[in-house]
Formats: sequence, C-alpha cells, structure tokens
Amino acid sequence: MNESAGNSTSEYIHHHLTNLQDGHGFWTFNLDTIITSALLGVLVIGLFAWVARKATSGVPGRLQSAVEIILEMVQTQVKDTFHGDSGAVGPLALTIFVWVFVLNAMDLLPVDLIPTILGAFGVPYWKAVPTTDPNHTFAMSLTVFFLIYFYNIKVKKLGGFMHEVLTVPFGAKMAPFNLLFRLIEDLAKPVSLALRLFGNMYAGEMVFILIALLPVYLQWILGAPWAIFHILIITLQAFIFMILTIIYLSMAHESH
Amino acid sequence: MNINATLIGQAITFAILIWFTMKFVWPPIVAALEERARKIADGLAAAERGKQDLVRAEQRSAEALNEAKAKAAEIIALSEKRRHEIIEEARQEAKTEADRVIAQAKAEVDQEVMRAREALRDRVADLAVAGAEKILRREINAQAHSELLASIRTEL
Repeated sequence: MNESAGNSTSEYIHHHLTNLQDGHGFWTFNLDTIITSALLGVLVIGLFAWVARKATSGVPGRLQSAVEIILEMVQTQVKDTFHGDSGAVGPLALTIFVWVFVLNAMDLLPVDLIPTILGAFGVPYWKAVPTTDPNHTFAMSLTVFFLIYFYNIKVKKLGGFMHEVLTVPFGAKMAPFNLLFRLIEDLAKPVSLALRLFGNMYAGEMVFILIALLPVYLQWILGAPWAIFHILIITLQAFIFMILTIIYLSMAHESH
Repeated sequence: MNINATLIGQAITFAILIWFTMKFVWPPIVAALEERARKIADGLAAAERGKQDLVRAEQRSAEALNEAKAKAAEIIALSEKRRHEIIEEARQEAKTEADRVIAQAKAEVDQEVMRAREALRDRVADLAVAGAEKILRREINAQAHSELLASIRTEL
C-alpha cells in the first residue's frame, strides 16, 4: 500500500482515482492525463514515423514488419468498410488504434508504480491511465464527432446533408421526427464511444486497485489472471474505438 | 466524472497526432507496401517468363540436336558413297594401268620378235648365200649373179 494513501481503504482508492489538477472551475487541467497521453503519443507515433522514414520496399526488419502488420490490419478494416475513397480515414484509424492501445496498456503497470515514484518527488496524485479519464475519451470521441459532420458536409454538401437529416428515415412529411431521430443518433455516437472506452478502462483499473488491497502474497492469484485478461480488453477496446470510428465516417461518406 | 478543460487539451493533442500520422507515418509505409507488392508481382512475372524461356530453350536445343544428328547421318552416308566411288575409281585406274603395261609389254615382245625374226632372216639369208656360194663357187661368179642373190635375199 502506498504511504501517502493513509490507512483506510477508501482513502487509498480515492487517492488512486484523483487526478493531478491545476486551475479552477472549468479551466482545470488534469496534468497527469495530459502529460501521460502526450508523452506516450509522441513516443509511439514517433516510433512509427521513424520506421516510416526508414521504410524499405525490400526485405523489412522486425520492427518494420510489426508496424506493417498493424498498419495493414487498419488498412484492411478501412478498405472493407469504405466503398470509395477513404482519404484521411486510414491515418485517423491508425492513430486511434495505436494511441488508445498504448494508453490502455498503462493499465498493465502495477497500480502503485508510477504514483509511488512520482510521490517520492513530491507529486501528490497521479492517475497513470489517461483512458480512465472521461476528459480524454470524450476529447477523442468529440473529435470523431466533429469529423463525422465535417465529412458529411464535405461529401454531400450542406444541402444534401440537410436533406438527408430531414427526410431519413420517415420521408419529408415527418421532418421534425427525422431531425429528432437524427439528433439522438448522432449524439449517441460520441457519448457511446467515449463512455464505452472510459467505462471499460475505469472498471479495469478499479479492479486492479481492489486487487492491490489484498495481502501481498495473495495478489498474484487474482492479479495475474486479471492482467492477462486485460491484455485482451485493452486491445479490444482500442480496436472497437477504431472500427466504430471507421464505420461512422463511412456512413458520413455515403448517401442514404 | 468531471469534465474540464483537459478535454480541449486532449482534443488538440489528438488532432496533432492525427495530422502527424497523416503526414509522416501513413504515406511512406503505404508507399513501401505498395512498392513491395509491385516488386513481388514483377518477380513472379519474371519467374514465369524465365520458366517459359527455359521451355523454349529446351525445345530449341532438342531441335538443334535432332538437326545435328540428321546432318551427321547424312554426312556419314555421303562419305560411305564417296568411299565406294574412290575404291571404284582406284580399281578402274589400276585396271587401265595394268592394261597399258600389258599392252606395252606385248608391243615390246612383238618388236623383239620382229627384231629376232629380222636377225634370223638375215642370218638365214647369209647362211643360204654362204651355202649357195659354196655350191656355186665353182661355177658361179658372185658378181655375175649378184642380182639373183639379192632377189633371193628379199624373198627370204
């Protein structure tokens, strides 16, 4: 158990679920989320860019092969979903998958590792997994939401898009209902995207914290299976976020 | 769950990462993949061509071999014929030569016979004259009867 967590269990849990914050009211910044995600994003995307810069069309090395496998997986998903030109959706989907995966992977580090290390330097709180912060998941899903509208209007023009919003699915006579349905449908997209990722990761992290409350000699019995299971969860959640983004954007590209 | 300005910061980070991936990660790798796919396709096509070339070359070499064999057989047949001709020629030549030698020998023999006969004739004539001389010495003068003697000599 962490020193600064105090003796009570609820204090320990509460400590682990508190962000390192700066600012007041809405203008509060969760520094741990911002720093961790930026650091890991730069690291992993930088690695990809480094591989891409040295990419050879000849026999690839191990690292390039690994990057190619991930990229081709994403490309296959995009090609299977999109009927026409997918434009920037491939890079977008790759960014989502890779970034969400590494951020989720922070979950596999021992829950006390980073808070304890940083605590030694006088940092009071540190939530190590950015995807357990709804600010992060909503930031991503709202960006996707913005892109959905951007592509809707870009592909169908404003008139075509408005026509679609007002006439699908019940026809022009039921325009208000169509609009209402459309609003619900579109708002559900970012909310479900963000809450699904957040919920899964938050719950997973919570279970890790609860396991950390067990006596040291018992932790491995639950900790190991949960961590192994979590390897699946973090990959799956990253994949789901990516695939849903691809599907939403392909819907934005197609006329009903 | 408290939503705050972190959301804006994260959205900006996300946007930067997307832009960076679009610009520096996706295009080079996709280009490399496509390039490799093209190279592999070319390699396979080249292998296929090579295989066809091999088949054609094998056909050509078999044809050349057959042709060479036919030519060799022809040459052998020709030389066989020529051999017969040469032998035949040699035989003819030898026969001609032999005939010539025989003819020459015969001619020489004839000549020799003629000469011998001539000599013999002279000798006989001489003998006859000598004999006649002996007989006639008593009654015939050689000068007076030389005409007679000459005619006898020619008759012999």
